[in-house]
Amino acid sequence: MSAVEAPTVRKTALNVVHRQMGAKMVEFNGWDMPVEYPASLGGGIINEHMAVRTGVGIFDVSHMGDIRLAGRQALAAVQHISMNDASRLAIGQAQYSALLYPQGTFVDDVIVHRLGEDEYLLVINAGTREKDFNWVRDNTRQFDCAVDNLSDDFTQIAIQGPKAVDLLQKLTDADLSAVKFYWVTRGTVCGLKNTLMGRTGYTAEDGFEIYVPSDEGTSAFVWNEILIAGKEFGVVPCGLGARNTLRLEGKLPLYGHEISDTINVWEAGLDRFCKIEKQEFIGRDALEKAKGAGIKRALVGLEMTERGIARDGYKVLDTAGREIGYVTSGSPAPYLKKNIALAYVPKELEAVGTPLQVEIRGQGVGAVVVPTPFYKRPKK
Amino acid sequence: MSYPTDRKYTREHEWIQVNGNSAAVGITDYAQQSLGDIVFVEAPKVGAELTAGKTFGTVESVKAVSDLFAPASGTVTEVNGELATSPEKVNSDAHGSWMVKITLKNPSELDALLSAADYEKYVAEEAGH
Repeated sequence: MSAVEAPTVRKTALNVVHRQMGAKMVEFNGWDMPVEYPASLGGGIINEHMAVRTGVGIFDVSHMGDIRLAGRQALAAVQHISMNDASRLAIGQAQYSALLYPQGTFVDDVIVHRLGEDEYLLVINAGTREKDFNWVRDNTRQFDCAVDNLSDDFTQIAIQGPKAVDLLQKLTDADLSAVKFYWVTRGTVCGLKNTLMGRTGYTAEDGFEIYVPSDEGTSAFVWNEILIAGKEFGVVPCGLGARNTLRLEGKLPLYGHEISDTINVWEAGLDRFCKIEKQEFIGRDALEKAKGAGIKRALVGLEMTERGIARDGYKVLDTAGREIGYVTSGSPAPYLKKNIALAYVPKELEAVGTPLQVEIRGQGVGAVVVPTPFYKRPKK
Repeated sequence: MSYPTDRKYTREHEWIQVNGNSAAVGITDYAQQSLGDIVFVEAPKVGAELTAGKTFGTVESVKAVSDLFAPASGTVTEVNGELATSPEKVNSDAHGSWMVKITLKNPSELDALLSAADYEKYVAEEAGH
């Protein structure tokens, strides 16, 4: 028997639909994904971004992976491999967390959902699917708990924006007003019984992520039903371009940028999702030591004060022009109408108001440390 | 997508429209479409020297940074200041949004550039890949 090679570029079940809609496609972490939709559909990164901030947009996020842990010791397994405290989760509740290496750096960030008494679902990043699954499986062998990779079972659609709840409510019998942020429910969606819906997202906006069977027919049907139901709210299909600018305004980390296998939890500023008081989890000891030794760098928000756009990987300079850090993510912020960036800088330069520079094509361009998140959605 | 025949094109998707010894330079409709929402145009100052085939500025969309390549050598006589404040004009009218005007140093350089028909063919091939 010859080995079957994985296709070099993977496609979600909605790939044909995106192409038919005229989306501009790019390769992202090995996936052929829409970066933006045509202007004729209300698309373009800026329009898509604004639709999510002011109305509603939908995203195909089926490239995200899903790992289920189920069994008598599922909680103990989740506690061992993740930094947040999953024992606090009620059934139906979710939390932001991360899988860590023993040195306290990131395997990946994840959303942990508690689906049942002894059942947890981890939603993981596209680029780290295999690595994450292997990591979770290999590090939970001592527990009485089944670990299943469900990544290919779901088409995951994110419905995001202040009108997301109104849109999805038209398509489901579940009472969405009863679902709080970072909680999940199940209900019939577009006739599909027992569909999982989480009030989660990656846009710093209210919204839902729904999980439907990943066959092409069902996926296309649901995608189109959402677009039809969303017409009255001005729904716009959104690509990875807007997904990135939306998450950047909200300072939501992206693996390989703000977090990675060389950045630890304290540096990334994710302290509040790390429950060091938990008895044991992978990475805990190293993090405790790192805290004792002192944290040397910090993730800060920058706003350009001079004309120029900071981009991923650009150098950060002090006012004397010395290289002191680097940009992890930088972009124009369509809603805020500013050029913003996240960057690692020495701890002593993290204070809000600190003037710095970003090196753009050989020139130091003025920037200042600003409070983050850059954007916070208005409280209702 | 349009390919006006009153100008010539580079394989890096700039156009150049000659008027006597002077020429206007911009990016093509195909280029603006590929880049997406344009948010930044950085052009050289009046008096700067352009060298054919070399970069002379930058255009940035929300997502991407792209160099501008000089279709021909010459001295910058005028810069389209409107694009500094309204770079989105390049999206709405790429062929009307010249970035710089130059005095041509060596008009015979233009012979190496693509005609509208050849550029259209070139784009079709590139897009097909």
